[in-house]
Formats: sequence, structure tokens, C-alpha cells
Amino acid sequence: MAYLDHAATTPMLEEAIEAYASAARSVGNPSSLHAAGRCARRLVEESRERIAAALSARPSEVIFTSGGTESDNLATKGIFWSRRAASLNRTRVVASAVEHHAVLDAVDWLNTHEGAAINLLPVDDQGRVGVDDLEELITHYQDEIAVISVQWANNEIGTIQPIRDLAHLAAEHGIPFHTDAVQAVGQIPVDFAASGAAALTVTGHKLGGPVGVGALLLGRDVACTPLLHGGGQERDVRSGTLDTAGVAAFAVAVEYAVKSQQEYAARVADLRDELVTRVKTAIPDAILNGAQADRLPGNAHFSFPGCEGDALLLLLDAQGIACSTGSACSAGVAQPSHVLIAMGADDDRARSSLRFTLGHTSTVDDVDALLAALPGAVERARRATAWKTPR
Amino acid sequence: MSGGVDSAVAAARAHDAGHDVTGVHLALARNPQTYRTGARGCCTLEDSRDARRAADVIGIPFYVWDMADQFHENVVDDFVAEYAAGRTPNPCLRCNEKIKFAAVLDRAVALGFDAVVTGHHARLGADGLLRRSVDLPKDQSYVLAVLTRAQLDRAVFPLGDSTKAQVRAEAAERGLAVADKPDSHDICFIADGDTKGFLERRLGSAPGDIVDSRTGEKLGTHNGAYSYTIGQRKGLDLRVPAPDGRPRYVLSITPKTNTVTVGSREELSVDTVTASRVIWHDSATPVECEVQLRAHGEVVPASVVVDGEGLTARLHEPARGVAAGQAIVAYRRDPDGDIVLGSATITAGIASAELQTAGGAAHA
Repeated sequence: MAYLDHAATTPMLEEAIEAYASAARSVGNPSSLHAAGRCARRLVEESRERIAAALSARPSEVIFTSGGTESDNLATKGIFWSRRAASLNRTRVVASAVEHHAVLDAVDWLNTHEGAAINLLPVDDQGRVGVDDLEELITHYQDEIAVISVQWANNEIGTIQPIRDLAHLAAEHGIPFHTDAVQAVGQIPVDFAASGAAALTVTGHKLGGPVGVGALLLGRDVACTPLLHGGGQERDVRSGTLDTAGVAAFAVAVEYAVKSQQEYAARVADLRDELVTRVKTAIPDAILNGAQADRLPGNAHFSFPGCEGDALLLLLDAQGIACSTGSACSAGVAQPSHVLIAMGADDDRARSSLRFTLGHTSTVDDVDALLAALPGAVERARRATAWKTPR
Repeated sequence: MSGGVDSAVAAARAHDAGHDVTGVHLALARNPQTYRTGARGCCTLEDSRDARRAADVIGIPFYVWDMADQFHENVVDDFVAEYAAGRTPNPCLRCNEKIKFAAVLDRAVALGFDAVVTGHHARLGADGLLRRSVDLPKDQSYVLAVLTRAQLDRAVFPLGDSTKAQVRAEAAERGLAVADKPDSHDICFIADGDTKGFLERRLGSAPGDIVDSRTGEKLGTHNGAYSYTIGQRKGLDLRVPAPDGRPRYVLSITPKTNTVTVGSREELSVDTVTASRVIWHDSATPVECEVQLRAHGEVVPASVVVDGEGLTARLHEPARGVAAGQAIVAYRRDPDGDIVLGSATITAGIASAELQTAGGAAHA
């Protein structure tokens, strides 16, 4: 199998699996007062410190969650609620138009259930948010904006956002800035303290850790109303028994991914560039979507004119190649990607797109396998587009 | 794979037969919730999950294909337009004709597949003849008879030799969780089963007269002629009783004047059926055969002629409640399962002079 869907989830590191298994063999609730509990707590706190160190945060700023979706919901809703409670006219939320659904749908929920006004920041044809656009919004609505959320890098097209500029702009105006860095950590340098962000989402399974554990890095002075109520285990912002084994494995993965990031990015970007070049040679009219420069090293995202992305996916899958249409599914039905639509692509181009993402286990063999199958698949998928015309 | 037991077992049998099988579930509504029909229908998210689980158990790849636009255009809109034109459509037949063995088949062939396998209860053997299922109450050859030779050549119906009970038992043996899932009966895109309400929402209220077939007398009013079906007795809500006190039936619907004509049971009888859009397989006509005039309806012996005009069936016994828009399907009796000779869309049921003397009036 050629696995070209690392942005969906990437294989766990052996070290992370070992850390998980080792912790899972020991009993102990980190909140218990006895020796077993203290032992588990020690593991959790050491993990917290390792993650904090890797991402330039204070340990107290690391709030463990169940992953990216929870962290995004906690940041957007929680900060919105706290900010509105402090000042009733803060009812506006700003997010980019190309956010992951974990942010977009949370923000949409704030609109429909909490009466929040929403401003979606537009992107250019490479999927990049303009700092000027945020500046203009802040000028207009400074006192009304409760929270701003812009992803560090896009999950579909891999475009890296000007996070430092955006976050510092928000900070200058005293507005909390959240960034979903799920796709960024381990791929590019991520420094929470230097970024100027008030909150940052990271998750385990995109960087070699387990699924179901992640964190919200939350600045110490940032008020955030909890989503989950209960034991108040995490700074009273997040309740639920701490997942000792998951947290331990997560920390190992974060530490490794950050430590090896530079070397990893150089190797994987070379491989990705080879993939892009060879795809363009094989399918000359293929369009590479996203930014040319500021791009995640493992991401290659194409539109294949005249093809349906899901037909291509089926054909490649049948040849043992795993990739993604990169878009959200409802009942498994591919919707045209909101990211490509926001970039100004039409429906056909959005539906004809396919994402290939490389990761730490990728080799040139994966690229070879893709190129062996792709031209035939594209040809068949093009023929299949004729089915759309009723007889 | 609808998520029901039939398509799951059909897929399993095709897989066992050594074919390279891929499961496909059709998404027919952009928002699947809009077609949610509780435990009975299909096309819901739950059905999609059931189909996926069945594919997992069988061990085949599984995909959802978005056919919402095609389905809407060719089946739902057609259904509404047919009622608006005073005819009685069969959406399952239309779905087979335009979606499963057209849009799906075309796409599948283009992608490199050879055939579409479905869980329909009908036989299609090496001789290429479409026959009734061994399970006559579950037989679906009526809604498949619309398929052309080319479509049948790319169709596989693995269940025709089995009864529904056998299919369920086999599903249970195979560990398919859908083994005891209830059958779907309703029109899948009418969530609550209220066809009249569905048509009212689409077509609006259009009041008109209900008139007596013999006297032309106005007996009452209706809110939309599309709500009536030929042969319908209930729900006429007529204030004036028939002179002989006997029940009255819908004889015809005339969209032009928005009139529903009612009369006696005898007047419903016809002995000639004309039909258009003929699909006919090989056999020369006139041919003595049996015709079926509605889904799950009885068969009537008839003499069928196919010519440039269409299809005409002279019925050897009168039939009642023959509605334009339904299919007439001709069968030849055969010990290995009655063979489909052809199919066409009914344009009119006509009573001959003899039959009229016996107590009926001609109606279109």
C-alpha cells in the first residue's frame, strides 16, 4: 500500500506506542492521592513539561483534551463566552474562510445559538489570509470582537498562514487570537510564546501520537469558559479523567516531531517536490492548488480537470493508493471543498481535486506507486464524468 | 447497496462467485435527513452505515456515490410532472431505468467495472432472458422490464432463484446485521408516506370539479386532480350519493379541464390497453401472452401487438383500474419462471363496444 494521506492521520511512532503500552500497564488515576495516583500524575506532569518545552509554552498553559476538535471548540466557544461575560457588546467572532470544520462549525454554532456575529476573513487564490483584511475588521469592530481564530496551516491545500503578523495584530488590540496548529506542529517551526497567539490547538495523531489525545495551549491570562464540567482536572477549564497513557505517548510524539522537524521537512519537501514534478509531467493539465512557497512540506494538492475527485480516489484505492479528496463528508458524500471555493475556484475545479500528503514513513516507492497508477486512473475518471449527462 | 438485506446478500453472492466487487451506496438527497423515513425507507444516514457495515463483513470496498441531482431530475421531478399530467407514475421503475442502470451503470463502466449487481428479485440467466423471481409475491421483474437489452447485458441479479426468506436466512448465516431489517415499502423520497401531501406541496392547490361519467353532473370538488388515481374509491367525499346507492370510483383524470370523472365499478373495466415508449425483446407480434398492468397486480391473458404506433394489448378478460403512466409488462408463461417479453408505458385503457354494452363507457 502507498499511504499518501498523512494529513488525515499518520502512523504512530514506535517510541510513542512503547510509551503508551508502558503507561497503560500501570494503574493509577492522576487525581488520586495515593502512591499509584501520584505515579500517574508524575507521568502526566512530565509529559506536560515536555510538550510545553517543545512548543515554547509554560507547562501551566498546556490543557490536555481529546484532540483537535475539542481544542478548537474549547478555544472558540470558551473564549467567546468569557469575553462576552466580561463585556456584553463583545459578540463578534472572526475566523478565516478556510478553517477546518472544527472551527467553522463551532463558530457557526455560536452564530445560530448564541447570536454571535461572524466575519470570515477572505483568502487569496493561494488560500492565504490577508493581514490587511484583519486590520480593517479590527478597525471597524475592535470593541465587539470576542475572539479571532486563524489556522496555522491549511489541512487541505497546505498553505501556511502569516500567523505571527495576525496574532500580533490581534494582541496589540487586546483581542485573544486562537490558532489551529494541528497540521503545523512537527511540519514547520511552531513557537507558542513567540507567535503572539493566546491559544493554540495541537493533536497527537497528526504527528505520530495516538488518536484521542491533544491539547489546547492557553495563555495563563486568557479566560476561557469550560465546555465540559466535572472534576476540573485541567486548570478548571477542562474536566475528565486524564488519559495518562495517551498523554505520555502524545508527549513522546510531540518532542520527537519537533526535534526532528528541520531534517524531516527537508527530506519530505524534496520528496513532495518530486511528486509534484512527476504528476505535472504525467498529467500536464493538472493544477497544483495552494501556495508555491509557504506550504507544508508534505502537502501536494491538485485539481485534475475533467475528473471527479471521488472517482479518482476509488480508482487509486483499488490500486492500493490511499489519498483524500480533502473535503468534508456527509453520509460519505463529497461536498465541493469550502477551501477551494474560498480561493475562487469554481465547483468543477473544487470537485476535481485530490490531496496527497506525505509523512515520516513516506519513501520514493510511494511516489513511484502513485505515478504508476495515476495516468490510467485520470483517463478512466475523465471518461466517467460523462455519466453526469443524463441519457 | 441500499443498506437493506437484499443488496447485501446480492453483493456477498457476487463476491463469492469470484467477481471483483465494489459496494456502492447511492446518496439521493443532498441532505440525507430530508429523506429520512424511520425504519421503513432507504437513503438515510443509518442506511448508509448499514450498507457500509455489510460491505465490511463481506470484505469489499465501499463508496457512497452522490446521485442526488440525477435522482431529483429524473425520478422526483418526473414523478411530480406525471401526476400533474393526470398520469400515475412508478418511481421505482424510473429509478431503475434512469439511475441504477443508466447513471450508475455508465459511471461504473467508465471506471472499469463490467456490470451492476443489484438485490432485485428477478432472474436473469445465461439465456439473457429476464424472468420472474421464484418468490412471486416479492418478484420485481415488473419494475425491471423497462431495461433495454444493452442495460440487461450489464445487469446481474443474484437473488432471483431465492425466496426472501432464504435471503434473510443466508444474511443471518453470513453474519450480516441487516438480516432482519424490515422491508421498505414506501416511496423513498416521500418521508412520511403522504403522497397526496407531497404533491400538494409541489403542485399547490388546484380546485376543480368531480363529475359523473354518464350525466356530466358536478358531484363535488377536489383540491387538485393529481391527488386521485384511476380506480380510487376512498376519499372522494361526494355529497350526492349514486342513484343506485353503489360506490363510485375514479374513472379518469383530465388535467386540461382539471376534472376528475367518477362512475360505477363496471365503467372501470377496459379490454384494450394502448402504450408508448416500448421496450420489446425479439419475439414477433401479435403474440398471445399475459400482461401485468400495475406493480404487484394480477396478470391478464392478452394478445399484444407492437408496431410503429406503440403497443396495443387486447385483453381476453376485462381489467379494472388501468392508469395511464403505469407500465404494461408482457410475460410468456414458462416453467422456469415467466419470461418478460417487453414493457411499455400505458397511455390509455379503452372499453370496446361489447364491453360498454355490458355496462361501461369508454374513457381515456
